[in-house]
Amino acid sequence: MMKDNNVIQVENLSKLFGDFAAVNQISFQVKAGEIFGFLGANGAGKTTAMKMLIGISSPTSGKATVAGFDVYKETESIKKNIGYMSQKFALYDDLTVKENITFFGGIYGLSKKQIEHKRRELVEELGLQEVTNSLVASLPLGWKQKLAFSVSLLHEPKIVFLDEPTGGVDPITRRQFWEMIYKAAHNGTTIFVTTHYMDEAEYCDRVSIMVDGKIEALDTPKKLKEHYKTDTMNDVFLKLARG
Amino acid sequence: MGITISNISKSYGEITALSDISFDVKPGELFGLIGPDGAGKTTLFRILTTLLIADNGQATVAGYDVLNDYKSIRNSVGYMPGRFSLYQDLTVEENLNFFATIFGTSIEENYDLVKDIYVQIEPFKNRRAGKLSGGMKQKLALSCALIHKPKVLFLDEPTTGVDPVSRKEFWEMLKRLQKKGITILVSTPYMDEAALCDRIALIQDGNILEIDTPNAIVSHFPKPLYNISTNNMYSLIESLTNYEHTYSIFPFGEFVHYTDKRDPIDKASLKTYLESQGLTDIKIEKTQPTIEDTFMELAK
Repeated sequence: MMKDNNVIQVENLSKLFGDFAAVNQISFQVKAGEIFGFLGANGAGKTTAMKMLIGISSPTSGKATVAGFDVYKETESIKKNIGYMSQKFALYDDLTVKENITFFGGIYGLSKKQIEHKRRELVEELGLQEVTNSLVASLPLGWKQKLAFSVSLLHEPKIVFLDEPTGGVDPITRRQFWEMIYKAAHNGTTIFVTTHYMDEAEYCDRVSIMVDGKIEALDTPKKLKEHYKTDTMNDVFLKLARG
Repeated sequence: MGITISNISKSYGEITALSDISFDVKPGELFGLIGPDGAGKTTLFRILTTLLIADNGQATVAGYDVLNDYKSIRNSVGYMPGRFSLYQDLTVEENLNFFATIFGTSIEENYDLVKDIYVQIEPFKNRRAGKLSGGMKQKLALSCALIHKPKVLFLDEPTTGVDPVSRKEFWEMLKRLQKKGITILVSTPYMDEAALCDRIALIQDGNILEIDTPNAIVSHFPKPLYNISTNNMYSLIESLTNYEHTYSIFPFGEFVHYTDKRDPIDKASLKTYLESQGLTDIKIEKTQPTIEDTFMELAK
C-alpha cells in the first residue's frame, strides 16, 4: 500500500463545508524521517487538512493514506500509528506527570511493563525526577510541552503531528524543543508540524504553504527563498499569503 | 500621563509573579513587554488596569493612582486581555455598542478612532462574536478596547497564535493609533515584534532583565556572534554542544548562532573540528545579534 517510503500520501484531497472549500484539492507526499512544515495563515485550511490526516474528519473527495492506512476506511489504524500534540490539547492538567504517562501509555495499548519502562526512560531524559508526582498544571509551559511531545512518542509512532507546539514558549525552551524534534526525526520518526514562527519553518526539511485552501508552495526552505528571491521564510510567507 | 511603576511585587502563595518591578512608560510611547508565558506580564497588566492589587509598590496610569483612583483609571484605559473576553452570543455590532454605552459614548462619536480596524469586520457585523475567526475576534476586541477613546491602551499578547501576515497588519494598526496620541503598553512572546516598539522591557520569572530601545538592547550583546551552517543541522548542533570552546549555541533558522569562549575566535580550528565530525559545506560568518539572542544571553 505504501508507495516507496512515503508515510503520508495525499492526492486531490478536499473538504467542503456547504459550498465553501476549506481544503481545495491538495496533493503532497511526506517521506519517512522527514520534518515537514505545514504553514499557512489563520483560516487557510491547515487545521481542517490535519484533522483529515489524523482520522477525525472524513474528506469530501480525493485520496490520502497515512502510515499506509486509508483516511476514509482505516481511521482507527491511523490513530494507533500516529502521535499527536497541540498547544491546546496535550496533557491532563489535573493528573500528575506519572498519571499522564500511565494514562496515555494505556490508551496507546502499551503493557504495564512497557509503560513502566518508558516512564523511567522519559522521566530521566527530561530530568523530571523531582516532579513525577506533581500535577501537570503546576509545571512551567516549556516543561509541559516537552513532556507532551515525549508522551506523543510513547507508542513509537511512525508519524507525529505537532500543531503549533511552541506557541508562547520561551526562546531557549523553544530551541530545546526543536532539538527533541531533530532527535526524533534522526531516529526515523516522521514529523508533521505547524508553526507561526518563521524561523522554525527554516528548521524543516520541506515546507508547504497553504493559502485559501490550496497549497501554493512546497519545497525546501532554501529553494523557496531562492524562488521568491528573499532572504527569510518570513518574507516568502508574506509574499505568498498576502497575495 | 503615561505609566509609572515603582517597586511593584506580587506573589500567589509561594510563587513570585513579580519581583520589585520599576519602570516608566512615557506619554505617547509604544512600549513592549517582551517575555515568555509565565514571566509575569499578565499579572502586571492586571495590576495596572486595577483588576488586581499589588503586594507592594506604587503605580500610576494616566496620572491616576492604581489604588486610590481606580475608577478614573477604568474610565481612561482600554484593555484587551490575552483571552478573548467579549460576549460570544452578542453580534459584532452589539458588542461594540455595548462597550460604547457602558462608557457613556456611542459608536458614532468615536468611529473615527476605530474606523481603520472596524471596517475590516463590518461586513460581518451581524455575526455572533463566538462564530468569528481568530483574526476577526482580535480586531473586534481591539475595536471594543478603543471605542471610549482611552488615553492608555493595554494589549496583553494580542498576536499570540496569529499568523505572520495578520501580525504585521496588527502592528501597522498600532503604529497608527500611536500617532493619534494614545500611550500603548503591549506584551508579546514574539521577539521579532520587539523591534517595532519605541522601548522594550525584557521580562522573565517576574524580573526585568533589561529596559531600553530595541537598538540599544541589541548593541549590548557581549560577544561576537557567528552564523554557522553545514550539510546537517542535527549533527552540527551535537558537534558544537560537545566542542570545548563553545560559549553558546542556538539554532536560528537555517543557521546556528554561535559564540566562542576564545577572543578572538579561531575560525580555522573550528572548521577543522567540524570537518573531523564528518560535516561538509561548512560556512562560518559573522552576523548581527537580534533581540532574541540578547534575551537568551540574559536569561541563561
